[in-house]
Amino acid sequence: MSATRDPRFAPRLAGACIDFAPEASCLEIQGLSLAYGDTPALEALSLRVPRHRVTAFIGPSGCGKSTLLRALNRLHDLNEEVVREGRILLDGQDIHAPEVSVAELRRRVGMVFQAPNPFPMSIYDNVAFGLRLQGRVSKRKRDDTVEWALRSAALWHEVKDRLQASAWSLSGGQQQRLVIARTLAVGPEVLLLDEPASALDPISTLKIEELIRNLKSTLTLVLVTHNMQQAARVSDYTAFLQGGELVEYGPTDTLFTNPRLRRTENYITGRMA
Amino acid sequence: MIGVWHAWRGRTPRGEGPWAWLSAGSVALSLLALAALLLLLTVRGLGHFWPADVALVTLADGQQLAGVPVREVALPGDGRERLYRTGNAELEDGVWAWVPVAAITEVEYPRELVRVERRRGDEMVGWLVGMTREDGRWIEGARAWTALQERLHVLQGLRETRDRLRETVILPHVSEREPGDGDTPELTRAYARLQELQAAMEGGRLILRAAGGERLVVPLEALQSARRPNAMSAIDKLADWSDAVWRFLTEGPRAANTRGGVWPAIFGTVLMVILMSVMVMPFGVLAAVYLNEVAHQGRVTRLVRIAVRNLAGVPSIVYGVFGLGVFVYGIGGTLDTWFFEERLPSPTFGTGGLLWASLTLALLTLPVVIVATEEGLARIPDQQREGALALGATRLEMLSRVVLPMATPAMLTGLILAVARAAGEVAPLMLVGVAKLAPQVPVDGHFPFLHLDRKFMHLGYHVYDVALHSGDLQAALPLAYATALLLVLVILVLNLTAIFLRHYLRVRHGMPSPR
Ligand SMILES: Nc1ncnc2c1ncn2[C@@H]1O[C@H](COP(=O)(O)OP(=O)(O)OP(=O)(O)O)[C@@H](O)[C@H]1O
Ligand SMILES: [Mg+2]
Repeated sequence: MSATRDPRFAPRLAGACIDFAPEASCLEIQGLSLAYGDTPALEALSLRVPRHRVTAFIGPSGCGKSTLLRALNRLHDLNEEVVREGRILLDGQDIHAPEVSVAELRRRVGMVFQAPNPFPMSIYDNVAFGLRLQGRVSKRKRDDTVEWALRSAALWHEVKDRLQASAWSLSGGQQQRLVIARTLAVGPEVLLLDEPASALDPISTLKIEELIRNLKSTLTLVLVTHNMQQAARVSDYTAFLQGGELVEYGPTDTLFTNPRLRRTENYITGRMA
Repeated sequence: MIGVWHAWRGRTPRGEGPWAWLSAGSVALSLLALAALLLLLTVRGLGHFWPADVALVTLADGQQLAGVPVREVALPGDGRERLYRTGNAELEDGVWAWVPVAAITEVEYPRELVRVERRRGDEMVGWLVGMTREDGRWIEGARAWTALQERLHVLQGLRETRDRLRETVILPHVSEREPGDGDTPELTRAYARLQELQAAMEGGRLILRAAGGERLVVPLEALQSARRPNAMSAIDKLADWSDAVWRFLTEGPRAANTRGGVWPAIFGTVLMVILMSVMVMPFGVLAAVYLNEVAHQGRVTRLVRIAVRNLAGVPSIVYGVFGLGVFVYGIGGTLDTWFFEERLPSPTFGTGGLLWASLTLALLTLPVVIVATEEGLARIPDQQREGALALGATRLEMLSRVVLPMATPAMLTGLILAVARAAGEVAPLMLVGVAKLAPQVPVDGHFPFLHLDRKFMHLGYHVYDVALHSGDLQAALPLAYATALLLVLVILVLNLTAIFLRHYLRVRHGMPSPR
């Protein structure tokens, strides 16, 4: 990634980059542009994600929410086509700096995907997966961490008697909470959630939302959602993206009740251009 | 069958109209053909070991013959002709007799008729006249039968002792001996013991009277067993039959493969298939992982993939020629000049053997394993891979802990296909190491325990050898059927093992089994 601007990226648009400065920031995105080959997906995007808060990304389908989220833990590294420019800072350090190990970064920035993706192993092994990767941890410690993670993900009581059962035998909602527990077990600072409840029934959705609210005392959460009510219910800050650009970013209450831009208002009220 | 069943029940198979009927019919037909094949192999193969009754046939001209009826054919024009297996190869009209059914005036089954199985050559049929014991005493009448059974039992014991001595002491000594070395004292002792045993077996003769009245004299040590099938109850026969089947499975061949069992061939087939699997699986899986997970998905990868798929269609004899040229003469010859120079010009690895045969078959089945594994890898959703990476796994950890375990059922499918193809393959083996006779199995108690340079026997080749290279095809055919049945069973057992393993893995991983 060169420091000079890639001609494929459109020139920086005035107003597209709203420098909104909330409280102590955990993640800081500075002029991030990203393209899949010749198709641009994000354009000169800057924003700060506050620590121990829930930040929601909303926007129409294809606007680049998932792309942005995946950039935050370098999942795009796998795709040779992806061209990126700009910086992402985690606690002030550039995550693309050569001394940063990708594995370490991904442990610090956990990610939960739209469709639950437990591994085809037992419930216990799923949660212990990340721990085992880190090498020697005593069984006692591992058991404790697994229990703690499952409790944190509000799943312990449902599975404590069948930890050795296949994870694929769980319901969709339980699977999604298992995936969250699995991510929590490696002790992340940031949790990225890409539409975590879109495949779930209303009750499971409520459970996940409650979980998100409980987790923010210890974690920084970033939530992508299509559900306006959900964003309003759980998030502290909301960013509205459109066409790969950040349109508006602010405290959730303000953004939903009193948006600054017409485009935001149209989207929130369902009047899409 | 299922289709026909639905049709009988008045339902149409899935889909409507004549197409459904046609497809259901062809399924039923293929199943019927398969069942018929297995039935033929089973009946003809296993029937061979049954101690069938001996008929005493009196013809219109007063002539008599004794034999086991084999089959009957219609003559051109009128009448039928029946084939009897009469044995007694030393007689002028021995072993087989075609008899016009119309000429038969009487068929009896006298209880005293004896069938004598020889160690080599055809059996003997007739009345027991008497026997001289090994000490020269003459015994006749009812006591002769008991004395004969006792002596045959003793002979069997002596033979077993001799074979054990040969296998456990003499052969290992001889094969470890450097050229020019003299006999060790242990070997000299063993040879002396061998002579003793040989001497103890000699002596004694059996005298039979054939149905035509001729006297037949045979040395007792040339005999394997004697029975009076007409006097045996069904239970006796069943016991006799199971014993014969057991001996067929567990003994080595005798008399140029026309007698005895097929144990070395069973062992060779299974061992070769296992070695082949051990060689093909790591290579096939690694190649598939490279093609699907590592390589840049460009034009070159696509070309390689197409080439691999087409490799599966190359005739097996081509692999045999390749194995002979590259493995046996090329690599094997080089190994010999490097490590086994003292034994040259007699080759060690520079000739066909277990190693080269397994390697050739591994090459032959490599495409199957690659294709099956790749299909399994392609079916694994990317979310699984990303899930592992998002937890801080490296690519290697992701592959080894999530992707490969999920692909094991597909790999086993590849293994099943590979085993099915390799176990039945004969043509390439003839070039790279199968032997008509190799009574010493390639595994024994002597270092290095698994002798990869040895030639080995194979059930498929054994069928070919028995059916085509024994003098009497009529007599050898049942043996060929039995061996072929065994080959089918061995492949079935190997495949079922892999299928159960696959099922077990699926269940353990909680994956649904595909239909
Ligand atoms: N692997 C890829 N290769 C090429 N283009 C991609 C790839 N992934 C996404 N895109 C494109 O990038 C743009 C942004 O996609 P992204 O998945 O980030 O959208 P999104 O906001 O998450 O949409 P949704 O709400 O539907 O999930 C889209 O135009 C999409 O077609
Ligand atoms: Mg998305």
